[in-house]
Amino acid sequence: MFHAFLIKYAEIGIKGKNRYLFEDALVREIERALKKVDGNFKVTKEMGRIYVNVEGEYDYDDTIEALQRVFGISGICPVVIVQDTGFEDLKKEVVDYVGKVYPGSTQTFKMCSRRARKNYPLDSMELNAELGAAILETYPEMSVDVHDPEISITVEVRQRIYIYSKIIPGPGGMPVGTSGKAMLLLSGGIDSPVAGYMISKRGVVIEAVYFHAPPYTSERAKDKVVDLAKKVARYSGPIRLRIVNFTEIQLAIYDNCPHDELTIIMRRYMMKIAERFAEESGCHGLITGESIGQVASQTMQSLACTNEVCSLPVFRPLIAFDKQDIIDIANKIDTYETSVLPYEDCCTIFVAKHPVTKPSLKKIKNSEKRLTGIIEEMLDRAVETAEIIEVDE
Amino acid sequence: MEIYLDHAATTWVYPEVAETVKNIMCTDFGNPSSMHQKGVEAERLLKESTKKIAGILKCQEKEIFFTSGGTESNNWALIGAAQAAKRRGNRIITSKIEHASVSAPLEFLKNEGFEIIKIGVDKNGLLNLEELKEAVNEDTILVSVMMVNNEIGSVQNIKEISSIIKQINPEVIFHVDAIQGFGKYKINPKQMGIDLMSVSGHKIHAPKGTGFLYISGKVRILPYIYGGGQQNGMRSGTDNVPGIVALAQAAEIMYDNLSENVSHMRNLKERLIKGLDSIDGVVINGASDGSGAPHIVNASFTGIRSEVMLHTLEDKKIYVSAGSACSSHKRAASPTLTAIGCDKGMTESAIRFSFCEKTTEDEIDRTIEVLKEVVPVLRRYTRH
Repeated sequence: MFHAFLIKYAEIGIKGKNRYLFEDALVREIERALKKVDGNFKVTKEMGRIYVNVEGEYDYDDTIEALQRVFGISGICPVVIVQDTGFEDLKKEVVDYVGKVYPGSTQTFKMCSRRARKNYPLDSMELNAELGAAILETYPEMSVDVHDPEISITVEVRQRIYIYSKIIPGPGGMPVGTSGKAMLLLSGGIDSPVAGYMISKRGVVIEAVYFHAPPYTSERAKDKVVDLAKKVARYSGPIRLRIVNFTEIQLAIYDNCPHDELTIIMRRYMMKIAERFAEESGCHGLITGESIGQVASQTMQSLACTNEVCSLPVFRPLIAFDKQDIIDIANKIDTYETSVLPYEDCCTIFVAKHPVTKPSLKKIKNSEKRLTGIIEEMLDRAVETAEIIEVDE
Repeated sequence: MEIYLDHAATTWVYPEVAETVKNIMCTDFGNPSSMHQKGVEAERLLKESTKKIAGILKCQEKEIFFTSGGTESNNWALIGAAQAAKRRGNRIITSKIEHASVSAPLEFLKNEGFEIIKIGVDKNGLLNLEELKEAVNEDTILVSVMMVNNEIGSVQNIKEISSIIKQINPEVIFHVDAIQGFGKYKINPKQMGIDLMSVSGHKIHAPKGTGFLYISGKVRILPYIYGGGQQNGMRSGTDNVPGIVALAQAAEIMYDNLSENVSHMRNLKERLIKGLDSIDGVVINGASDGSGAPHIVNASFTGIRSEVMLHTLEDKKIYVSAGSACSSHKRAASPTLTAIGCDKGMTESAIRFSFCEKTTEDEIDRTIEVLKEVVPVLRRYTRH
């Protein structure tokens, strides 16, 4: 029954002179999300608002689902559009609208009419009074409450007349493409896809890097990471995923460094490689799914050691999240079930029984010295031989 | 050169069988239930196929019911028999080394209120017959035992097991999962005292999605799939004519060459075990004397996790299985290996090699050669 969707956005409204940049990005992102939905959609920017207009048949549920994945949208209002064929007809349409959208309702309501076309015969006060009376007459169970209504019905008089009331919540955040780019260290676990999703929600374009250790990790583990990237891409848009063969480096660390420091040293080299890709592709930071104290390599001391190798900022959106909170988001964005598939990733294959939990940077650096002379070439090789996959939902 | 040593998981389809499937799909595509000529022809094909299989098993044609494969056959046999016999008693007996397609429906029956008793096995995977004798009683309605174990290839003495059961309680329905045994052994259900027997097509060079359940004329079980009343009302659903004809054709080829096939695979098995013996820290799981099924060898490479070994071999284009392929969806230790007394280290490093009659000695030799090369390297990098 709806012919358009009014898109509400929160933070973009306060962006001053840059506002149009954000609005244009939002329009672009909406168009991208709707590409895969059945229907003939047109996204327009008119008088400081964004509308998704649709002509003919379309899939309503899919449309809402797609729009709910577009960062920057705070609310989606399904709109009924009617031709202006006189006020009596409009009254009928509004009454009809209430009957369809709120069948059998006993709720309180309020009319808020707007007259964008100032030559309409009734002004907004009159519209409110007349339309409210018509609704009350048809649905005596409903009542008016202008201060705290349960339903707020907007009638907007433009060239045509727009009727809407329901606001379906959007994901919030900022349109992707308005806040730069960052490189996500994506593992097969629960946390990193959630971290990518959260940073992307702030308008950041995501690229990703995955460390693969054949034969210690299987092809299926790699497929799983591609699947996870696909799920994140449903929100963030296309992701360029780099698959790095990390086996050689891992074995070199194993051969030369104390085994209780393996994970920390390994993570330091992962960050180094990720940073090289980040610089190469114009990213402004790295993203990890780390959370304080979750595992030995994520204690405060370990995080400090890992952090030390990069000069780019490392964004850790989950840093203060409890595991369950992370799982809740993973469920919401549908990555959880993929994440818990039982394929090993390279973080878990060489874990020491008692890894250091309070590593000292000095000691770690000392241990790394044993790799001097061989590691440089290996890092180059890892970067050069990385496989690139363009991931889209 | 690709070396495929995972034939117990699945195998290729005989080219002549694939040709048959294609012809039936594209030309003789009739539905046996149709009344016109096309249907009659299809029905004729079906009858011929049933006859072939009945000939192999020396049973009656009306005792063969086609299914979608081993899992369906096992599910139907167990659930159908338990439901048909539930007034006679409540106890169902099985072994500790059954495939999931037997143990999972039994778990379902357990939740339905049946008592499930699992009999242990010795280190070679052979059923403890004393334990069995004690378990069978008046209340027992069903016993299910697999003929050839899919992981370690242990072969049960089906005839003896049947006679033990029937001596104590002749009313008991005896089901045999013969999915790994059919095509490797001559099976005469009547002589061996088998009431129900499950067979799968894709282990014997027929397509996936084919199989049958043998139901002895003497026992009654309930249908599991209801509908248009095909196969005497016991298993509804449009007959999978290409699949059924393919299954019968493949079975015929297998049994025509049974003794050569088996002696060839026995030879391969001995060769592989001998090769494995020459590598340090390799333990054969199950019977190590070459007895057991001709096509399955299970070995643990101590200190090397199965997954890592599997992917290392995969890298050299050698395809094997870690435990049982059907278990790769779960990460639990293999119940079969645990039941024969393997500790955690052994189950976590177990690899299954399985052959078909076309596997060559060269392929075995090459596999041993590769193993000798990779084992020391992999042992250097073990988890603490």
